[in-house]
Amino acid sequence: MNNENIIQAKNVTAKYGKRIIWNDASFSLSAGQFVAVLGPNGSGKSTLFKLLLGLKNPSSGKLLLFNEEPKENAKLIGYIPQRRGIDQDTNFDVFDFVKLGLSGHKLGFSLFPKKENIKTENALKLVDAYKFKNKALGELSGGELQRVFLAQALIGEPKILLLDEPLANLDLKRESELVKLVKDLAVSKGICVLLIAHDLNPLLGAIDKVIYVANRQLVSGGVDEIITSKKLTQLYGSDIEVIKDSKGRLVILGAREVEHHV
Amino acid sequence: MFNILASANFWQYAFMRNALIAGAVTSVVAGIVGYFVVLRKLSFGAHALSHAGFAGAAGAVLLGVNPLYGLLAFTISGGLAMGILGKKAFNRDVQVGTVLAFMLGLGVLFISLYKGYATEAYSLLFGEILGVSHADVIASLIAGGLVLLAILISYRPLLFSSIDEDVAEARGVNNLGYSLFFMVLLAITVSIAVKVVGVLLIFALLVTPAAVANNLTRKPPFAMFISAILSLSATIFGLIISFYITLPVSFIIISIVFAEYLLVIVLKKYNLL
Repeated sequence: MNNENIIQAKNVTAKYGKRIIWNDASFSLSAGQFVAVLGPNGSGKSTLFKLLLGLKNPSSGKLLLFNEEPKENAKLIGYIPQRRGIDQDTNFDVFDFVKLGLSGHKLGFSLFPKKENIKTENALKLVDAYKFKNKALGELSGGELQRVFLAQALIGEPKILLLDEPLANLDLKRESELVKLVKDLAVSKGICVLLIAHDLNPLLGAIDKVIYVANRQLVSGGVDEIITSKKLTQLYGSDIEVIKDSKGRLVILGAREVEHHV
Repeated sequence: MFNILASANFWQYAFMRNALIAGAVTSVVAGIVGYFVVLRKLSFGAHALSHAGFAGAAGAVLLGVNPLYGLLAFTISGGLAMGILGKKAFNRDVQVGTVLAFMLGLGVLFISLYKGYATEAYSLLFGEILGVSHADVIASLIAGGLVLLAILISYRPLLFSSIDEDVAEARGVNNLGYSLFFMVLLAITVSIAVKVVGVLLIFALLVTPAAVANNLTRKPPFAMFISAILSLSATIFGLIISFYITLPVSFIIISIVFAEYLLVIVLKKYNLL
């Protein structure tokens, strides 16, 4: 096995009860790769994260992180769950919130509070969020919040980052700033990043790979390999057309929409 | 502080000493637990639990058992049921409200079957801190001490699972376990707080001081400290005032808490805080 492949999935099937979410998925991801996880709502993108976090077991097949079961490696993962935003009256300190990512799971009180504080400050600086360390979560804008979540995910110096729809609710400028930040982190720290998104376009140019989940299947490959009319038609089992505009942006159209456009 | 207390008139009376000690312990514990109640958005749940406690306490009175046992039995089982149902339980306010009303009704039934109707019902509904016995003081000291110790040990994961459930789970925090654990702590706190302010005024100690504190500071430990101080001051001053003026203690306590609440809202509105 290639040592660089820090995530290895072999014929993995995910189920909820008897319902198959996706079937027989195989892929491998290596350090420093930035991967977009795409697919329609309910296709099982977040389920993939649950498996990687060790919160759910594959019903068959083998999923390994650093050649071990995901549960053994939970501390190597930084995670931003899908959030519907934060109540504006959440008067909770940003600094304390980020620090929870480091030691929030431990009983008792910290024996090395200074060390933890320094790590917290460094994590905030890394994502350019240090300036609002003394603000309340509820005071932050969408883009600022995502930076804080990212700081919390990075504080444990993870090797893998799982980001569940961090671009939702961000305007175009904030979107591209966050993508650039994540890309820089992936490259400079050698972190393997999986980012769930609805729109591929903000990620084009930054990502190395795509995982596409649809119709109970999970496929992976380069953007040019996966986001093609042929591949997506095959995946969905109905006509799909991928159109590229003059700037390289991609539009994915279902059969009915295509008919309308023709 | 203690010298003033010792030289004051009211300190000569055992009932006042008992009330002050039990009230102080209960309000500090309620203030701190209340912070998590606010953070976990459980205030309606806490209210519902106190009503379940009323049924339990009334049942215990009917059976001739110490009401505290009935309170604990009903609040803990109610708390565990809510904990297992998790968020679903609290998103269903109609269902929780219906069970709450039924519990209150059940309490009324038990009380009506008991001969000493008026006083017992009154003290459970509105508190009877001046009737606290020496044994009650010991009970609240033990229960309060245990709750505080439990919070001290579990502080970080409890806080983590309260503010950021999903990430906490991914970091290995057992959310269901902590939810059940907290509901038991809440049930115990409700049980001892009922003696001070009664079932209907439980918000006075368990929710409002924490909500005020949460408005005043972003730092969780400070918020807990302020919440405990607000709750403690309301109880102590409430007791002392009621010693000199013949007004119901729980009324004075809730009035002080309400005044604290209004003051903070006004100061915040005019950016004075």
